[in-house]
Amino acid sequence: MKVVVTSTGESLNSLVDQRFGRAAAFVMVDTGSGEITSEDNAAGVDAAQGAGVQAAERVARLGAARLITGHCGPKAFRTLVAAGIEVYTGATGTIGEAVEQLEAGELTRMTGPDRAGHWG
Amino acid sequence: MAAPMPAPEGLSEALPVVEAQATRARARELVVVSGKGGTGKTSVVASFAVLAGNTVVADCDVDAADLHLVLEPRIVETERFSSGHDAVIRQSDCDGCGLCEVVCRFDAVVATTGATPFIIDPLACEGCGVCVELCPIRAIDFNERICGEWFSSHTRTGPMVHARLGIAAENSGKLVSLVRTKAAETAAHEGRGVILTDGPPGIGCPVIAAITGATGVLIVTEPTVSGAHDMERVLELADHFGIPVATCVNRWDINPEGADDIENRARNHDAAIVGRIRYDAAVTRAQVEGRTVVELGGAAADDIRAVWERVQRWMEVST
Amino acid sequence: MIVAIASGKGGTGKTTVALNLALSVGRRVRILDCDVEAPNVRLFIDAETVHREEVGIPVPLVDSAACNQCGECSRLCQYNALAVLGSSVMVFPELCHGCGGCARVCPEGAIREVPRSIGVVEEARMGDLYLVQGRLNVGEALVPPLIRAVRARPGDEDIVVIDAPPGTSCSMIAAVRGCDFVVLVTEPTPFGLNDLMLAVKTVRAVGIPFSVVINRAGSGDGRVHEYCAAEGIEILLEIPDDRRVAEAYARGLPLVESVPELQPLFATLASRIEAETSFPEIGGRENGRTDACA
Repeated sequence: MKVVVTSTGESLNSLVDQRFGRAAAFVMVDTGSGEITSEDNAAGVDAAQGAGVQAAERVARLGAARLITGHCGPKAFRTLVAAGIEVYTGATGTIGEAVEQLEAGELTRMTGPDRAGHWG
Repeated sequence: MAAPMPAPEGLSEALPVVEAQATRARARELVVVSGKGGTGKTSVVASFAVLAGNTVVADCDVDAADLHLVLEPRIVETERFSSGHDAVIRQSDCDGCGLCEVVCRFDAVVATTGATPFIIDPLACEGCGVCVELCPIRAIDFNERICGEWFSSHTRTGPMVHARLGIAAENSGKLVSLVRTKAAETAAHEGRGVILTDGPPGIGCPVIAAITGATGVLIVTEPTVSGAHDMERVLELADHFGIPVATCVNRWDINPEGADDIENRARNHDAAIVGRIRYDAAVTRAQVEGRTVVELGGAAADDIRAVWERVQRWMEVST
Repeated sequence: MIVAIASGKGGTGKTTVALNLALSVGRRVRILDCDVEAPNVRLFIDAETVHREEVGIPVPLVDSAACNQCGECSRLCQYNALAVLGSSVMVFPELCHGCGGCARVCPEGAIREVPRSIGVVEEARMGDLYLVQGRLNVGEALVPPLIRAVRARPGDEDIVVIDAPPGTSCSMIAAVRGCDFVVLVTEPTPFGLNDLMLAVKTVRAVGIPFSVVINRAGSGDGRVHEYCAAEGIEILLEIPDDRRVAEAYARGLPLVESVPELQPLFATLASRIEAETSFPEIGGRENGRTDACA
């Protein structure tokens, strides 16, 4: 299964970035094959608005089934739900550690946005 | 960016200061707005900064920033701020077909009688990219737009984050969000518990960007028909986002009936009332001298101190 | 003649100047309240509403049957108002700026545009004064389209006075673009001067002749006067820092009625502005109407 984690860098040793829309990068781990892919999120960091929406779209395009992040706003959350992606929070440490925490059942499933949107 | 903390042992990368510090409590943020401009909110924020002590000040009135005139920041860090794009016709390649003018929804493409048949007015271009996309010969460039700068500074009251939006720039609130984010980072980095944010006037994008996620909003208004009207609009906005609101009437003795009216409206909206500030020529004198009102003293200074006490109690109890 | 009353700083007296100027021209005049986030002109006059309409901007509506999820719409959209997911397209109308790009670029013709309300335009009449005001919906982020809608309302008055929003950003530009003359209202304080300088820079960039009106004259210091003198900017009027003026304003009364000795000042202001706009070579010293993109 493909898991995307919001990240401060593009490696398994990078630390989890608690932001979603303006995360520095996304790292995707295929827990079956062990394959790692990553993308930087300069476009999201730069977006005047809708950064979360754009990020959600990207995560969906990557084919992720699950997302690990810190916080998520309302529009981003709606988009993730529409794409059928499960969102988890509470991860700390590196990307590799976050995926382990997910598999050990230590993370919390998000049932709604936990941040006010910047534009309501 | 604020300087990264040194990496703890075992980690190969430095921790960015923002939000990765899950254990550090977030600073509480008081955003001061007015609805109507010119009610004295910036003067009040400046005095609060002096009274408060453990704060970071964020000047989010980026379109017409004034707080720096009184707090005298020493700028430590400057960064340019870009947002959106500008469409620019490459005149050497343009064949004058005029399709850009037809598709532009913002009247930004102007036909001229000079050597170049069409030009794009940068003051009207919204950076939507439609003309860039549809130009049959790809003769329009789409350049990143630098529209201002933000600054991280030191003042006699503590750290300050402020910004300057370029003229005619899109006031999307992105720069406001950036100033608030940097202020939060600074508060976390320097262990300051309160962020005092000087908000923009109005109720549009920049105000929304200034108040979302705030701990509390203080509306500083004036006892005028306009002040009351605009206060209600910004109050509705804060309610819309579920943020607790307190109100304060500045220059209340110019029109005591108006002050009563404002406080009634506040009560109707379940907003807290944290006091009134008298009209005082010392407010302008302080501004002229580049000092805050409480540093000069007088009637308004006393009232501002009392309001600050009540704001602090309100923040503890109601937010 | 179209004259815009603007200011870098909020609360300097734009509405006061705009309204009292309009009340002093002595013939049919249209006043446009373009401060759509906080429209205040109406509070000072007893006018009868004659028209009201909602203003919308066109936002996309996607026909999911016709959509093939190619993603072109989302790729083009600069505002992230569209998200194309595996099986559906999500639209975020509140982020949409109404540029129409998505509808044009969709290869399947699956997108049409429908209006999304951002506010209302209301029109009211009081004798020779005709007011058009925009009122933005609370919580709405996008301002300039409503200002453009206010300015586009048809009318035949010779004189149009525009009450612009404060500041120097895209909203103020939408209010003043294409005017014949701008009056910048300021107060003689450090904040007033700081914001006046920003406003002067903006109006020069737009290329419209302008002059200054000083409100609360005598209340601060002389730096605004010094600045105007140094820059060759004409000061058309100084409204005194008089408690009666503040109280009349506080109560919502037009100055020319409650402080009648000010009425001739506004009448003079009106004729001076008309002179500036009729004879641009002789009039305002700041007459740099330049090519828009120079």
